[in-house]
Amino acid sequence: MISPHPIFSLVGILLVVLGIASGLIWLERRLLALWQDRYGPNRVGPFGLLQVLADMIKIFAKEDWVPPFATSKVIFVLAPAVIILTVLMSFTVIPVAPGIVISDLNIGLLFFLAMSSLGVYSIVLAGWASNNKYSLLGGLRAAAQMLSYEVFMGLSLMGVVLLAGTFRLSGIVAAQRRLWFVVPQFLGFLLFLIAGLAETRRLPFDLPEAESELVAGFHSEYSGMKFGMFFVGEYIGITLISAMIAILFFGGWRGPLLPPLVWFLLKVFVFLGFFILMRASLPRPRFDQLMAWAWKLMLPLALGNLLVTGAVVLAMHG
Amino acid sequence: MNALAFYLAAVIAVAATLLAIAGKNAVQSLLYLAVSLLAVSIIFFGYGAPFIAALEVIIYAGSIIVLFIFVVMMLNLGRRAAQAEEQLLPPHIWIGPAILAALLAVEMIYLASMAAPAAAPAQAAVSPRAVGLALYGPYLLGVELSSMLLLAALVGAYHLGWRRQAFPEVKDGESSSSAAPGGDSLRAGGRRSAGAA
Repeated sequence: MISPHPIFSLVGILLVVLGIASGLIWLERRLLALWQDRYGPNRVGPFGLLQVLADMIKIFAKEDWVPPFATSKVIFVLAPAVIILTVLMSFTVIPVAPGIVISDLNIGLLFFLAMSSLGVYSIVLAGWASNNKYSLLGGLRAAAQMLSYEVFMGLSLMGVVLLAGTFRLSGIVAAQRRLWFVVPQFLGFLLFLIAGLAETRRLPFDLPEAESELVAGFHSEYSGMKFGMFFVGEYIGITLISAMIAILFFGGWRGPLLPPLVWFLLKVFVFLGFFILMRASLPRPRFDQLMAWAWKLMLPLALGNLLVTGAVVLAMHG
Repeated sequence: MNALAFYLAAVIAVAATLLAIAGKNAVQSLLYLAVSLLAVSIIFFGYGAPFIAALEVIIYAGSIIVLFIFVVMMLNLGRRAAQAEEQLLPPHIWIGPAILAALLAVEMIYLASMAAPAAAPAQAAVSPRAVGLALYGPYLLGVELSSMLLLAALVGAYHLGWRRQAFPEVKDGESSSSAAPGGDSLRAGGRRSAGAA
């Protein structure tokens, strides 16, 4: 097995992730259009592929405005950077193929959880620094939502850790040699999927930026590339969650015939498509329903899943 | 651990903690506290305790400080709070604690310079597995006791957060006998949640 120098992995993964994130903007608009029975962007370049480029030029030409009434201008400017930083940091522990990983930490899974819990700061601080009641409400909602869903996101993954016996992500992939973890951990998979949706604030869990009630929520005051950073952060976020689902529950890069990298990308894109389908098909819940759902249904389910998995593992090994 | 990395993280931790104490704006103080926790986490990581380093970020920086910020944001403390803080802490009130802390610092520096340089701590990383085995082996009693404590805290918080019926019940068959326990102040109207769960 030839493993490239970490620097090459780093540059390669960074470029691919940013490429996927910008390509996703096009993919999402086209897929949404397909499911809503319309065309979507199809004018710029072949299949409208250059639409992303056009949007990018446009967004750079926009006025980059910092509200004069902002609570703290420094925090207002820093907030969009935090989300990009934390999400990209998570990619350092993602093994995309045998040997291709930037840092194969033995606490890889915990590192991912840590970074995703730090991502909340971006949204909360953006809402707070904007000094606008809609932004503040969006920030408050984001804080409550992401804290609640983080709790059982971690718990839903502990079943996988029990089965694999390690937090190291490449070890978890190796442990799925015979059977993908989605089979014994189907409940854990569903819980993680929902937590991942909530964590990336995608529809149906996009209450922090619910247009119909909060203008644009936490990023109401943002314009130009600062707004673009939140946007790109969200897309990198769903790429990250898709990659995590592929690694934790669907055997990572494992698969017959095709090379490992192709399998990994294939799996990631299936879940990206699924995330977009969710956006196209589900309505938003009310905020109190969202919180009740997290604490009264998902948390007990995650705890029960952990208990049963632990008992089974103990019975099989003890 | 790389000495430069350690001293950098240590200086950041100390400076951020000082700024967190001295700051007048609550949210900025909390942010400095979060930075300090991150720096401490780097020190843990460098000294071969990656598990504790990760938990430090997940639990303290990622959850508890966010909760604090959440509360501060809800209270919406503005300039008036900063002014109140200023009145609460006039400069002369710092004198006493500063003298005591300086004495302690002198004592610590004296002791540190007197003691022979200890052998570098073992650099073997403590794996999550080792932490688990230690917690549920020799320290099981401690784990159980702290879980009892946490349970008591949970029950206490539940009791404090419980809102009793403050107004007569509306006879529309929709509202429940009592409002749901607190925690979610963003609920769009107290009684609407009854049908949600």
